[in-house]
Amino acid sequence: MATKRTTKTKTSAPVTLPKVLTGIAGLDEITGGGLPKGRPTLICGEAGAGKTLFAMEFIVHGAMQFNEPGVFVAFEEKAEELTANVRSFGYDLNKLVAAKKLRVDHVHIERSEIEETGEYDLDGLFIRLGYAIDSIKAKRVVLDTIENLFSGLSNQAIIRAELRRLFEWLKDRGVTVIITGEKGQGTLTRQGLEEYVSDCVIMLDHRVANQISTRRLRIVKYRGSDHGTNEYPFLIDNEGISVLPVTSLTLANRVSSQRVSTGIPSLDEMLGGKGFFKGSSILVSGTAGTGKTSMASYFAYESCRRGEKCIYFAFEESPEQIMRNMKSINVNLEPCVKDGMLIFHASRPSLHGLEMHLLVIYKMIKKYKPKTIILDPITNLVSVGTVSELKSMLVRLIDFLQREQITVLFTALTLNTNVNEQTDEGVSSLVDAWLTVRDIEFNGERNRGLYIMKSRGMKHSNQVREFVISDHGLELVEVFLGPDGVLTGSAREAHQLLEATDDALKTFALGRKDREIARKSLMLEAQIGNLRSEFDSVKEELNKLYMEEELKKEVRKNNLEKITTLRRGGKTNSGSSTTKK
Amino acid sequence: MKKTWQLKLYIAGKTEKSVTALSNLEKYCEEHLKGIYHIEVIDLLKKPQLAEGDQIFAVPTLVKKVPEPIRKIIGDLSNEEKVLVGLNIVPAKKTL
Repeated sequence: MATKRTTKTKTSAPVTLPKVLTGIAGLDEITGGGLPKGRPTLICGEAGAGKTLFAMEFIVHGAMQFNEPGVFVAFEEKAEELTANVRSFGYDLNKLVAAKKLRVDHVHIERSEIEETGEYDLDGLFIRLGYAIDSIKAKRVVLDTIENLFSGLSNQAIIRAELRRLFEWLKDRGVTVIITGEKGQGTLTRQGLEEYVSDCVIMLDHRVANQISTRRLRIVKYRGSDHGTNEYPFLIDNEGISVLPVTSLTLANRVSSQRVSTGIPSLDEMLGGKGFFKGSSILVSGTAGTGKTSMASYFAYESCRRGEKCIYFAFEESPEQIMRNMKSINVNLEPCVKDGMLIFHASRPSLHGLEMHLLVIYKMIKKYKPKTIILDPITNLVSVGTVSELKSMLVRLIDFLQREQITVLFTALTLNTNVNEQTDEGVSSLVDAWLTVRDIEFNGERNRGLYIMKSRGMKHSNQVREFVISDHGLELVEVFLGPDGVLTGSAREAHQLLEATDDALKTFALGRKDREIARKSLMLEAQIGNLRSEFDSVKEELNKLYMEEELKKEVRKNNLEKITTLRRGGKTNSGSSTTKK
Repeated sequence: MKKTWQLKLYIAGKTEKSVTALSNLEKYCEEHLKGIYHIEVIDLLKKPQLAEGDQIFAVPTLVKKVPEPIRKIIGDLSNEEKVLVGLNIVPAKKTL
């Protein structure tokens, strides 16, 4: 015992505890390199929490990846059953057994066959285990689950003493051990196995909230090592267990100053003429029917045109639906899909929990290595988790994407009632660029106004643009600022028409002025003519008077002469009588 | 004779327990199964590969395969009655 103690202190003396990689995706990250080497680790959890699979993965990965053969001691399942169970994860135990990398030992304890009398010990188990370890030079051992000893045997005192001896013995052999144990009431394990295993305890949990199950993992303790203390969601899918570290915690991702076009030239123009940064995250938010999906499709299409792969995660529409709808605005996505540049992945949000969604995204990215991904829309994901869960998921996603230098575009639905413009998911602070498309209701119509709420690290337009969706595609049109405010839609068009009319009027007015001048000169000339003719008539009048006077004078002279003649004794006529009067 | 008791006693080295178990077993057999028993002592330290076949995890373990049913008795066999019942030599007493 005393010698054991000293070796124990010796092994924990180095700054970093020697560890062995589990090969379980994500777990090695949280534990900072795996499980403690040469020590037992307890995996506890409820029935169906994934303990056996966890342990099996540890063994299989060890055998396949790290050249560390392992012994799996099964107290519950037969070797054939185990083999069948893990076949669905792609593990061929028989092959590993044949290659002497794995040994499965089924310890069957049939209570009805066993009678106990007097003193005994568990040397049989030790010998079996020792033989199994020696036969393949195992470095890893799993005991799944040793608690069955307690139900198979009645002398608990012996079992406990023997367990203590077993773990010491395993430590001496230098094998890394996983012991599984069922969760008990108020204790980590039903039989208090944690009492014997003091180095590392990992708890698996399986919770169902809102009919959607989430598996979680927590490192309860890890003596002599740093470890994440959070609960980490983990998943069991067709490739086994993957743990998803919440975030890498550090913000030390590479950044790119390369820019990528949005696919809409006028939008690029607003973003300093070049578009978004490569590897950045973009949020397009807006009320229903504001063209978020259209914008996302444009972005996807543009990515494909650049020859960069794009994955479109659709949570609302089927790929066919999107392709059909986008055709109507002159975006033909079909060839991109055929070329394999664009990969659609459509699933209902309620298909599985958030973590599963995240994992699916991770896996798709790992598989296809896209440069751009689109999540349309993230709003629906709230239905399968809480807002904070979604936020934490998106943080991790953005973090991961940044690391991989993948540009991501999220769309999010905002509600009209949301005064502060905050999206439901609260991700607006996480993203690098945020566009929002808002309804502008005016003049009996609804138009779309596009705002760039933020765009980190680049000059961007502060202007509102009208976002026009037509047969030709998307376009951003400058809005008019009139005395009544911002003009959009038909009001804007009316304004444009008004301006055109104005122009026409102006040219017309110019012509009119010319003509008026011509007319005026004509008029003046006419006036001059008039005056002249007036003058003529006045002259004539004057002449007439003068002539009359002359005539009168003559007549009077004649008359006078006649009278004179008459008075001189000439014959009288009618004229003379008149004169008499 | 009609029946032969085939008995295997698994031990791990010559420990006190295994010696006690063997002497106890021989005593009971001589008393109750004279001439119709066969005891095979298997030392797992020498033949560890045999432990798996008979599902041995504790020592000493007495295994009776013939006659059926299979029974295992763990311990130093110090309780005679339990051993005899376990080996179906005498029927189990109704304890309830």
